Amino acid sequence: MLLKKLTEASGISGNEKEVRDIILDEIKGYVDNIKIDKLGNVIVYKEGKNHSKKLMITAHMDEVGLIVTNIDALGLIKFVPVGGIDKRILVSKPVLIGKNKIPGVIGSKPIHLQKKEEWEDALGIDQLYIDIGVDTEEEAKKLINIGDYISFDSDFVEFGENLIKAKALDNRVGCSLLIEILKETKDIGFYGVFTVMEEIGLVGAGPAAYSVDPDICIVLEGTLCYDVPQIDKHLIPTYLNKGPAISLMDRTTLFDTNLRKKIIKIAENNKIPYQYRKTAMGGNDSGKIHTSKDGVITTTISVPCRNIHSPTSVMSKYDYENAYKLLKAILFEYEKGAL
Amino acid sequence: MIFNSNNLKELVSIYGPSGNEKKIREYIEEQIKDHVDELETDRLGNLIARKKGNGKKIMIAAHMDQIGLMVTDIDDKGFLRFTNIGGISPHTVLSQQVIFENDTVGVVSAEPIEDISKLKLSDMFIDIGVSSQEEAKQFVDIGDICVYRSNYGENNNVVFTKYLDDRVGCYIAIEAIRRIKNPKNDLYFVFTVQEEVGLRGAKTSTYKIDPDIGIAIDVTASGDTPKAKPFSVSLNKGTAIKVKDNSILTHPKLRQVMIDTAKENNIPYQLEVLEFGGTDSGAIHLTREGIPSGVISIPTRYIHSTIEMSSKNDIINSIKLLLKLLEKDINL
Repeated sequence: MLLKKLTEASGISGNEKEVRDIILDEIKGYVDNIKIDKLGNVIVYKEGKNHSKKLMITAHMDEVGLIVTNIDALGLIKFVPVGGIDKRILVSKPVLIGKNKIPGVIGSKPIHLQKKEEWEDALGIDQLYIDIGVDTEEEAKKLINIGDYISFDSDFVEFGENLIKAKALDNRVGCSLLIEILKETKDIGFYGVFTVMEEIGLVGAGPAAYSVDPDICIVLEGTLCYDVPQIDKHLIPTYLNKGPAISLMDRTTLFDTNLRKKIIKIAENNKIPYQYRKTAMGGNDSGKIHTSKDGVITTTISVPCRNIHSPTSVMSKYDYENAYKLLKAILFEYEKGAL
Repeated sequence: MIFNSNNLKELVSIYGPSGNEKKIREYIEEQIKDHVDELETDRLGNLIARKKGNGKKIMIAAHMDQIGLMVTDIDDKGFLRFTNIGGISPHTVLSQQVIFENDTVGVVSAEPIEDISKLKLSDMFIDIGVSSQEEAKQFVDIGDICVYRSNYGENNNVVFTKYLDDRVGCYIAIEAIRRIKNPKNDLYFVFTVQEEVGLRGAKTSTYKIDPDIGIAIDVTASGDTPKAKPFSVSLNKGTAIKVKDNSILTHPKLRQVMIDTAKENNIPYQLEVLEFGGTDSGAIHLTREGIPSGVISIPTRYIHSTIEMSSKNDIINSIKLLLKLLEKDINL
């Protein structure tokens, strides 16, 4: 399964090669032009009917993770996060380090030795280390370098009726949707862009949008989901199994109202379930894209992911399928010139 | 120059929150269309009005968007939950009336709270006086935005109203458009969108225009109220020429031209060194290869409330400074 392959690959911001290679391999033969730009964004063009409006569909390739900052005398690895990581999820997680995917585990002081006040708060990142099973700095340095990227080691698992657990669903789910749409559409001309370094500040999207210079952009994302019954309905950003989430606004964009209304109409006409992304928190590539050059009309369509930015993100296949259906229906309207 | 209250009163009353500026744009278009050579609305909704001249290409930016509330949820009983568009304080919005684009009116209240200092927007709601979700949906949908509804007030010295930020800037720009007959410089008046959420419209419109000089017109704070944080800008002491805020250090030569212009024409002015905030010039001056930029500010009390207060004299002096500045041969 494509999503399994994509989520099990490592692609922390600034180190997207492994993911990019999978993408290039998948789309080869299905697109008419492939360019890898100077920052590492993949920009592809699919020839088809020409429209007065230039459409770009994007998904970021990178995921959050860690990076090696130091190796101590006992060969223990110190690290800092790359992108937004909740320090409370780190303890005891298995990880893979560097190109050779050296296995390690994130360790800390045993609970027996912690002072009572240490129980109250999560351990800080400076109190954690990665054990790669060596005894000396010298041995560790044979396997690992300062600056190596560290990704979570987490299998893709299907469970429940239609759920998937994996790391990096944000945003391999968007990459998977974009790959599939590139492979399956014919005769519709549009740009597909797989961006780098979204998680550290929407870095790749700006230059990519500058180069493509689109009129309209659809950003595909995995977005936060927190649908537990204890909280008030209005504080639930998205639900699992209620269809793709359409963004209203976030910290980086007020999404174009007309385009949003058109997309909702398309969903309703095609009987595709959808929901609104109700929170204004977070941000995505649209922030850089819609303010690129003299402006771009944007929308974001997301697959809700529980436990986002953790090794055990959870999404629903039902939401994925409906996100795909919606994307396809939008492209059909675009082909007719109705977008 | 006589202060024209009616125009300002209309400007502050027209709907146009960030991202939804259609109504105010159409109003301004109507006000200026007979006085400009070119008029264009760009993709994000900025209104760009050109008055042709042979000198420097000067962009004058006033943002037409307003802060507001966006509906995120409608509950079973028809109460609306919301998020903020721009800088909305829970304490300011409590007990206010709000109005939607379709003229639906609501009132803002909050869940019971023991410690009012802990009031959060997420605990507040809008009541539009209906009794079910179904009924509410006849008037309002998720994603709709409402703005403050309150009365315009004035006396001989000041105006106090919602949304002087930055409809007073629009007012000054419109006055300038109408009064300039044969522009020496090539003038692009831009009524920008989405300033309140991060200077977004200014960024894209500047890219398109690629001006030689940028001038934003916007409100600034004042330091003249009881126990205010020390800040040497006061109401009724003249237009304010910005030195800095959090988004820009204004171009020193352009700033000097502004100061010289004020002096030459006996226009009272004050220098503004603001330790927070930002305005469109923050985005303008960083566009493309960089654009020398400055700001004409209108000293304003109680910004982002429904009783923003500015001095009529300061507003008139801001118009005068802008007019004299645009007539100049500016060499930086």
